[in-house]
Amino acid sequence: MFIVSRLGSWVIQVSSSCGKAALFSWDIVRWLLRPPFRIRAIFEQMLEIGYYSIPVVAITALSTGGVLALQSYVGFKRFGAESMVGTVVALSMTRELGPVLTGIIVAGRAGSAMAAELGTMKVTEQIDALYTLSANPVKYLIVPRFIAATSMLPLLAIVADCVGILGGAGIGVGTLGANPIVYMKKTFEFLVLNDIYSGLFKSMVFGSIIAVVCCYQGFYTEGGAEGVGKATTRSVVISSILILIVDYILTALLFGDSSIRG
Amino acid sequence: MAEDIIIDVVDVHKAFGEKKVLNGANLSIRRGESMVIIGGSGTGKSVMIKHMIGLLTPDRGSVYVDGEEVGVMSEKDLNDLRRKFGMLFQGAALFDSLTIGENVGFALKEHTDLPRRDREKLVTEKLNMVGLYDVEHLKPDELSGGMKKRAGLARAIAMDPEIILYDEPTTGLDPIMCDQINELIASLQEKINATAVTITHDMVSANRISDRMAMLLNGQFVAVGTPEEVFASTIPEVSKFCYIGKVIRETEAIHKRD
Repeated sequence: MFIVSRLGSWVIQVSSSCGKAALFSWDIVRWLLRPPFRIRAIFEQMLEIGYYSIPVVAITALSTGGVLALQSYVGFKRFGAESMVGTVVALSMTRELGPVLTGIIVAGRAGSAMAAELGTMKVTEQIDALYTLSANPVKYLIVPRFIAATSMLPLLAIVADCVGILGGAGIGVGTLGANPIVYMKKTFEFLVLNDIYSGLFKSMVFGSIIAVVCCYQGFYTEGGAEGVGKATTRSVVISSILILIVDYILTALLFGDSSIRG
Repeated sequence: MAEDIIIDVVDVHKAFGEKKVLNGANLSIRRGESMVIIGGSGTGKSVMIKHMIGLLTPDRGSVYVDGEEVGVMSEKDLNDLRRKFGMLFQGAALFDSLTIGENVGFALKEHTDLPRRDREKLVTEKLNMVGLYDVEHLKPDELSGGMKKRAGLARAIAMDPEIILYDEPTTGLDPIMCDQINELIASLQEKINATAVTITHDMVSANRISDRMAMLLNGQFVAVGTPEEVFASTIPEVSKFCYIGKVIRETEAIHKRD
C-alpha cells in the first residue's frame, strides 16, 4: 500500500508540475510579442548568457575536438582510414557535440545563475513586489532571459564548432603529422550546410529549454535559502537531461539520414 | 449615513494543501483609517493582506476594494487596481539589481510619462519624506535594515497610493528603529491621508499607529474595534495577546494625567 500511495503522489506531483510548466511557457509566449520590449535587459542577459560563456565553451570545444581527433585516429588506423579524421571531427562537432556540449555548459553556467537569481528574488518577495508595482514579472524578468538564451545558444554553438574543428586540426597536423592542406580539405569535403543548420536549430531549441526550465525553477522556489539551492540543482539536472532527450528526438525525426528511418 | 468602506473582506477561506489558513474571515476597513491586523506567527496575516492586493485569490468568499471584487478581475483591471496600493514588504523587497533611486522611481518610470528630471525630483522628495538623504545612487545591500525599510516605504508611496499595506514594518529592527518607523508611519498617515493596513505582532507598534485593530485567530477575525475595545475582549487568547498593549496604553494614560 505504501508503495502505491508513494507512486500515486509522485504521479500527481509530476503531472501538476508539467501542467504548471506548460502554463508558464504559454505565459512567456504571450508576453514575448507584447511591447514595450526591454532592449537593455535583453542585451544584459545576452552578455551574461552568451558573451561570458565564450571562454568555457571554447575551452571545452578545443579539448573535445583535440581528443576526438586523437581517438578517431587510433581507431581509424586499424583499417587504414586515418585520412578521414578531419571529416569525423567536423561532422561530430557541427551535428552533435557543438550544440549539445554548449547546451549543457550553458545550463550549468548561466542556467544555474538564472534559477538562483530568480529563486532569491522569489524568497525575498521581490517578485511579489513587482506584481504590487503593476509590473508583470514574466515580462520583466523571464522574457529577456528567454530571448537571450534562445538567440545566444546558436552563436555559442558556432564558436564551439569552429574551435572544435581547429582543436582537431591542431592535434591532427601538430601531433599526428597530417598534411595541413589535406586535413582541411578532408574536413570540409563531406560537410554540407544541413549539418551546420541542424546543429544551430538544435541549439536554439536547447536555449529555450534552458530558459524555460531554469526560470520556472527559480520562479516557483519555496523555502528560503535551502529552497534556492534545491531549485538551482534541479534546474541544471532537469535542463541537462531534457537537452539529451530532445537531442535524440530531433536528430531521429528531423535530421537523421533517411536511410536510418528506412 | 453608511460607512465609507474601502476594503471589504467577506467570508474568505484559503487553504494551502491540507493546511487551512483562513476560515471565513470577515473585515471591513474604512477609508482613511489605520487598521492594524494582529495575530500570532503563522496565523495567516500575510495571507490576508496578499488577498487584498490580488497576490492570492480566495478559495471561497470575496475581497472587495472600492466595491470591486479583486479575485475575479482581469489582469489589466488588477494592474489598474494595484496602482491604488503601495506595499511595504517585511524584508523591504528592494530590487537588488537596481539602485535605491531606481527602486523608488520604478513605478514612476513604468507607469507615467514624466521626464527623467521630474522623476528624479519626485524620488528625492519621497526619500526625504521617509528621512533618507543622498542614497539614490546606493545599492540596497549598502543600506542597513532600517534604511532598507525606509527606502521600501518610499517606493510604496512613490505613486501617492490610496491604500498602504505594511507587512510587519517593525520586525527585525532594534527598539529605537522600531520607534522611528512607527513615528514615520503615523506621520505619513497624517501627511498623505491614505488608508493604512498594517499586520504585526508587535503590540507597541499596533498601539502607536492604529485607529482600529483586528485580531486574527484560527483563520477568523475574532475581535475588531478600537484598541480599547479589543483590549477589553473576554476571549482568553485575545486578552493574553493584547496584555502588553493594554499595559502600555494604561501607562501612557497615567503619564498624560500627570
